[in-house]
Amino acid sequence: MTEEKKFTTISIPTPLAEKIKKRIEGTGFTSLSSYATYVLREVLSGMDEETEEAFTKDDEERVKNRLRALGYLD
Amino acid sequence: MPQPHGGKLITRKMENKADDLFEYPKIEVSTNLSEDILNIANGVFSPLEGFAVYNDLENIVADKRLSNDTPWTIPILLDYQKINEIKEGDTVLLTNDETGIKAILEIEDIYDFDQKKIAQAVFRTMDEKHPGVSLLYNMNNRYIGGKITLVENKEREFDQYNLTPMETRTLFKEKGWNEVVAFQTRNPPHIGHEYVQKAALTIVDGLFINPIIGKKKVGDFRDDVILESYEALMKNYYPKERVTMSILRTSMKYGGPSEAIHHAIMRKNFGCTHFIVGRDHAGVGDYYGPYDAHEIFKEFPDLGITPIFFRSFSRCKKCNSVVSDKVCPHGPEDQINFSGKKIRELLNQGQIPPEDMMRKEVAETILKYKHPFVE
Repeated sequence: MTEEKKFTTISIPTPLAEKIKKRIEGTGFTSLSSYATYVLREVLSGMDEETEEAFTKDDEERVKNRLRALGYLD
Repeated sequence: MPQPHGGKLITRKMENKADDLFEYPKIEVSTNLSEDILNIANGVFSPLEGFAVYNDLENIVADKRLSNDTPWTIPILLDYQKINEIKEGDTVLLTNDETGIKAILEIEDIYDFDQKKIAQAVFRTMDEKHPGVSLLYNMNNRYIGGKITLVENKEREFDQYNLTPMETRTLFKEKGWNEVVAFQTRNPPHIGHEYVQKAALTIVDGLFINPIIGKKKVGDFRDDVILESYEALMKNYYPKERVTMSILRTSMKYGGPSEAIHHAIMRKNFGCTHFIVGRDHAGVGDYYGPYDAHEIFKEFPDLGITPIFFRSFSRCKKCNSVVSDKVCPHGPEDQINFSGKKIRELLNQGQIPPEDMMRKEVAETILKYKHPFVE
């Protein structure tokens, strides 16, 4: 197996880093990195773009017919 | 409606069967593994397209995420005993008689992995008495990773209740439900369940009851009993336009917190925006704290489905309603627990439980069965 690099370094202003260190004192976050990772994941997940439906109109019609046949749709 | 987990609803089914399919080396897999294959093929496990490759397993064990950072807590593993007969790059045919599945597996990698490391990461214990750990230890510690494509599967009992994520998503859309809460169950409903479901339903558009169907242990309620008892509850006590039910065929791993995340991911793929997580969700014995399955959600700000946490419920004689310790100031002497054991005992003796524990229609439905429990 090839060993991929799992982490990378980013730079943030020192005063911000100090502010974060104070903010995470006594919380479940064990480091500045774990907090930054959490926040970035949260921010990115809120920016997920709508993707196109994976199924075609024909698929959708077939699905609706099954749902009607089973009584899920009138 | 939330996006499928990982951004894409996976469908891995072969449209046109090739003639040479059945010439591939054949591997007979267990029924549990064949259910995994169906769940991959139908998108229940999106974004998985196959069994875990080394990089994904390594990342799940280290960080509860796939190698592309998508949250994932329960690795979907395929082991094989006679591993020397096949190699990376080969294509094999996976089969199972009970589910009638035939699926192509393109082997991407074959690797060893320390089972104790997996057990500790997933189950928080290496104790072989834990049922999930025991299942894991009974597998070979050499695994096969790679994408699968479902070729065929046979019709089975309860198929009329079995909807794929594509179907539930279409159903919710047609019903005009933007926000849907999922409720997982393995038992017929008592009043506590009804209270939880209705409390959750007050803040969303629809309720999706999603019983786990499949291999049971002796003494569990039979699948048909669970489904019919829910039908009775829905018919008599739920607004028809606000509730629906379909089954989920998957094996319980009793992974507590890890499995709660896994259960939430599957419901997100079905199109649900919310997921009810109860006390000691998917727990077993005393391996997990009662609210560990609540706490773990804090680690996943990017899960994409909102958990609704419920504590244990009881009926308070003084409040004259269903309560939890969060909303009721009275003590245990004033409260009647919805003891599954007690309800089971009464039903076993052919008696209808009190109406403040279980709806009469539900109890009567169960008692219609001569043997409502797995024997």
